Amino acid sequence: MAKFTRDLSTAALAVLVLTVVLGIGYPLVVTGIAQVALPGRANGEQVKVGGKVVGSKLIGQPFVLDTGKKDAKGNPITRPNPQCFQPRPSADAYNPAVTFFGNHGPNQASTMFLTREALRAYVALERPYDARLTPAQVPVDAVTNSASGVDPHISQANARIQAHRVAAVRHVPLATVDHLISQHTDGRFLGVLGEPGVNVLTLNLALDETPR
Amino acid sequence: MPQGYVQIAIFCAVLVAAMPLLGGYMARVFTGERVLLDRILGPLERLTYRALRVDTTQGQSWKAYARSLIAFSLLGWLVLYVILRAQRVLPFNPQSFHAGTWDLSFNTASSFVTNTNWQYYGGESTLSYFSQMAGLAVQNFLSAAVGLTVAIALIRGIASRRGPAGDGSIGNFWQDLIRACYYVLLPLSIVGAIVLVSQGVVQTLGSSVTTSPLSGGHGLLALGPVASQEVIKELGTNGGGFFNVNSAMPFENPTGLSNFIEMFLLLSIPVSLTWTYGRMVGSRRQGYAIFSAMSILLIVGVVITYIAEQHGTPAQHAAGVHTQAFAGSTGGNLEGKDQRFGIAGSALWSAITTATSTGAVNSAFESLTGVGGLVPFANLSMSETVFGGVGTGLYSMLIFALLAVFIGGLMVGRTPEFLGKKVEAREIKLVSLGAIFTPIAALVGAALAVGTKFGKPSIFASGPQGFSESLYAYMSQGNNNGSAFAGYTGYYQPTPGNVGSHGITFADLLGGVTMVFARFAPILFVLAVAGSLARKRVAPVGVGTMRTDSPTFVVLLIGVVVLVGALTFFPALLLGPVVQGLTGRLF
Repeated sequence: MAKFTRDLSTAALAVLVLTVVLGIGYPLVVTGIAQVALPGRANGEQVKVGGKVVGSKLIGQPFVLDTGKKDAKGNPITRPNPQCFQPRPSADAYNPAVTFFGNHGPNQASTMFLTREALRAYVALERPYDARLTPAQVPVDAVTNSASGVDPHISQANARIQAHRVAAVRHVPLATVDHLISQHTDGRFLGVLGEPGVNVLTLNLALDETPR
Repeated sequence: MPQGYVQIAIFCAVLVAAMPLLGGYMARVFTGERVLLDRILGPLERLTYRALRVDTTQGQSWKAYARSLIAFSLLGWLVLYVILRAQRVLPFNPQSFHAGTWDLSFNTASSFVTNTNWQYYGGESTLSYFSQMAGLAVQNFLSAAVGLTVAIALIRGIASRRGPAGDGSIGNFWQDLIRACYYVLLPLSIVGAIVLVSQGVVQTLGSSVTTSPLSGGHGLLALGPVASQEVIKELGTNGGGFFNVNSAMPFENPTGLSNFIEMFLLLSIPVSLTWTYGRMVGSRRQGYAIFSAMSILLIVGVVITYIAEQHGTPAQHAAGVHTQAFAGSTGGNLEGKDQRFGIAGSALWSAITTATSTGAVNSAFESLTGVGGLVPFANLSMSETVFGGVGTGLYSMLIFALLAVFIGGLMVGRTPEFLGKKVEAREIKLVSLGAIFTPIAALVGAALAVGTKFGKPSIFASGPQGFSESLYAYMSQGNNNGSAFAGYTGYYQPTPGNVGSHGITFADLLGGVTMVFARFAPILFVLAVAGSLARKRVAPVGVGTMRTDSPTFVVLLIGVVVLVGALTFFPALLLGPVVQGLTGRLF
């Protein structure tokens, strides 16, 4: 027991010293280097429009219009802004301060209903501008919740479908919109790692700056 | 589809290339040979020993080593618990978060001290920067270092050539601990954190940023010292995310490259330790054998997950979604996956995070396909032997290697030997106990949760998925993994900041006890085996010696791991993921 008491006092000193070195020294050194060498990256790649921070390049956000109506809980009901590219469905309504998974199981009937409704809504939004669109052509990312709930990207196939609507509503040639899509596609690293994705926020901002 | 296999192949190649470098380096660190970083870290190391007032020239018997380890973990637990409960009065709390409840804090402290990183809380909405940095991230280092010390002690016991006349020393715990932290974990973390920041992982002590989203209203970007924690979370096979959605959050894992680096970090030490082992026992082939057995089991899991996830789910097919890949779309089951990782980057991550004891996730496990979800289950049922946690993986696999030697010895009718040391009744008893504790902890926990009414409030989904959630929760905590079918809850929080929140006491306490039990009981048995082997006479290799570095032994070892794991968990798995994988029915 005396030996264990001695171990306990050594342990107390060890936890203290290691907390100072690893818990305070190490993160402060890393923060210092990061803030000096890479301030933009270290602070979340904030995007500013007219001096105001509108969000982060890495964090998706909704592009919706207020319908003026409210749901049963008093929250405003919104609809997709047809002028903008729409991001993927999100379990947490694109709130990056409180993230959670959708947790829709593979065999749940509830998942099927949600997915079917997402597919219906997607086709209903895009079909008027692309008469040849069938549900079978809708890419999976357009009708499934992302993991993070704030996925900044959509697939290239998804963007190409939405381009018809955005071009028509904004009265911009389709070729211009397609060109912007390719400009705002984050490719694979060295052409190999990860999957290509179209950044919805920067793409929509670029569209706003495109003359009609 | 082939593109995904290319990514997986490149990943494996980079890991194998790094193995001799890091493995050789760790062997030098723990045998006290000179290394390049001596100059910089030597003074810090000596200063620390002086502060601790320990004599590191003295070796410890296994009992003394275990006593120091337990004392250290106990103190670490207490300090972490106090930090979590007192965060309101501690610094670096720009959001003024209140403390978590006592039951949740019990679970969280147990979770991080045991290298599990099971999370019932949501980091960005409940914990201050101080709690994350000085509480959780410190235990990310320390619990990994403790795992490493046990593996090194076991290797020393196996490699010892002093026999019964020796003092039975298996090294000095304090020296191993400090060297593991300073020489292995810290330098890799600093470099890794800067690289991650360059990809967009945030690192700041400033508070959250208020934004004006383009659709109106107000938004909030939660920031923090993420990169420094992210890197040790992977490197130490811990897995507890700064954000609730863990490595799916773009601020933790923003690009295809960061995803690759994080996966590399989480496998680098467990893979390299097989090389360290080969070097320290004086036979590289011994290391290759362990590495081969682990690799085969890992790659089977990766390929199965990838194929299953690329197929899509019954719910998606019933909803009329076409899940084939075509130009510009990855296809597959993207429910609960982010676009930038796609199917390959998510499937590979799911397989390796459960094979190692990491448990960090970049996709929602609850939304995996039935078969894709079965792979994490299977990995957990193999008790961390497929590379496993930092240190814990190697010692768990060596325990199974001793078991395999024993079974092989019985088959051919010879006294089993492992690297020239006779494996006798005492060792086999200890080994069996060490191997059985993890399954006991997992299954008893799950049975208690499902069998009593107290487990019900935690369950989210209906049907077999609800059972899968419960079973997974206790298998994950019982294996010190920490990944989750995240519908399973132990904490309710109506608004960010812990005000008005309450824990589900039963789930929090049962989980916490399961983690502590499953971590420290096997460690004691492993250290006892190490002590026992250290005092054995070394017999010369003869014609009758069963080789432990041959392909035959690799097959035998895989067989033992799979049989023990499968026989223990198969009945339980049938009720959950297997049912879901076999049926197209919806529940």
